[in-house]
Amino acid sequence: MSDITVGVVVFPGSNCDHDTEHAVASFAGFKPVMLWHNDHDLQGAKAIILPGGFSYGDYLRAGSIARFSPIMKEVIEFAGKGFPVLGICNGFQVLLESGLLEGALSRNRDKKFLCCQTTIRAVNGSTIFTSLYPEDEVLRIPIAHGEGNYFAPDDVIESLEEHDQIVFKYTDAEGRVTDEANPNGSLKNIAGIVNRQGNVLGLMPHPERASEKQLGSLDGRGLFESLFLHLAEV
Amino acid sequence: MPYIAKIKVTLRQSILDVQGKAVDHALKNLGYRTVESARIGKYIEVTINEGELAEAERIGNEISRKLLSNPVMENYSLELELIK
Repeated sequence: MSDITVGVVVFPGSNCDHDTEHAVASFAGFKPVMLWHNDHDLQGAKAIILPGGFSYGDYLRAGSIARFSPIMKEVIEFAGKGFPVLGICNGFQVLLESGLLEGALSRNRDKKFLCCQTTIRAVNGSTIFTSLYPEDEVLRIPIAHGEGNYFAPDDVIESLEEHDQIVFKYTDAEGRVTDEANPNGSLKNIAGIVNRQGNVLGLMPHPERASEKQLGSLDGRGLFESLFLHLAEV
Repeated sequence: MPYIAKIKVTLRQSILDVQGKAVDHALKNLGYRTVESARIGKYIEVTINEGELAEAERIGNEISRKLLSNPVMENYSLELELIK
């Protein structure tokens, strides 16, 4: 059986593209393919990952210019057909700007760029991205961002809750969702959300940076594993 | 003759403006006791090669909504000036 292809989009200014490529390649049966932002061809990918970084230097707003890259037209169509799209950090920002996910990310509450380990929980373990995470398991996955403060109007938050679209929340080491455990001021401690159809996920923490023993945590692997399990089944 | 679209983008009141807050603190540290608050936004000038005011205005509004501001967290205002 040939390997399943997973596309990693490279915008000018992406800087976690190779980490993501490395993480994908560490799973037997899955082959990463790098997709340049100016291309239109998804090269047969069965899932697309928008990696972290500073696409277009974060000019204007994080993700705002990348959203209009030629490849994004294809990614939006791909998502519309129900294929999985994962946005990590800057990738999450691009997904919000493109309208594939609802809400926005503004500056961190305490003004600082945060680069540190966080603890999160997959509060919805029934998505194709989190099926292997027990909902009470505390995951150690790092963040690295200046604009990760999730915001959405009240009606959007209500709708996200109603449809179980809040997937990851920042927690303390015991898994409790508290104000102290919220690193950036995100509403409801939101670290990641999924679209209504369940095939587009965006999150601020970096699972690819927690996917190898040498990196200090393996907790991010479950996300890729869940997704790849899904891809192998369809 | 072209128009210059002068667009101001500001964070909505409900969004915490951390940059504005830092500047506000700095101003108070400088001793400006009457400074009440400071908020930071963006100012963008776009030259539009369009002779009709109505059309220039339509384009100015469209680009403000589509790219220059994010309606989820920002407001914008548009002013057009004819370049002579």
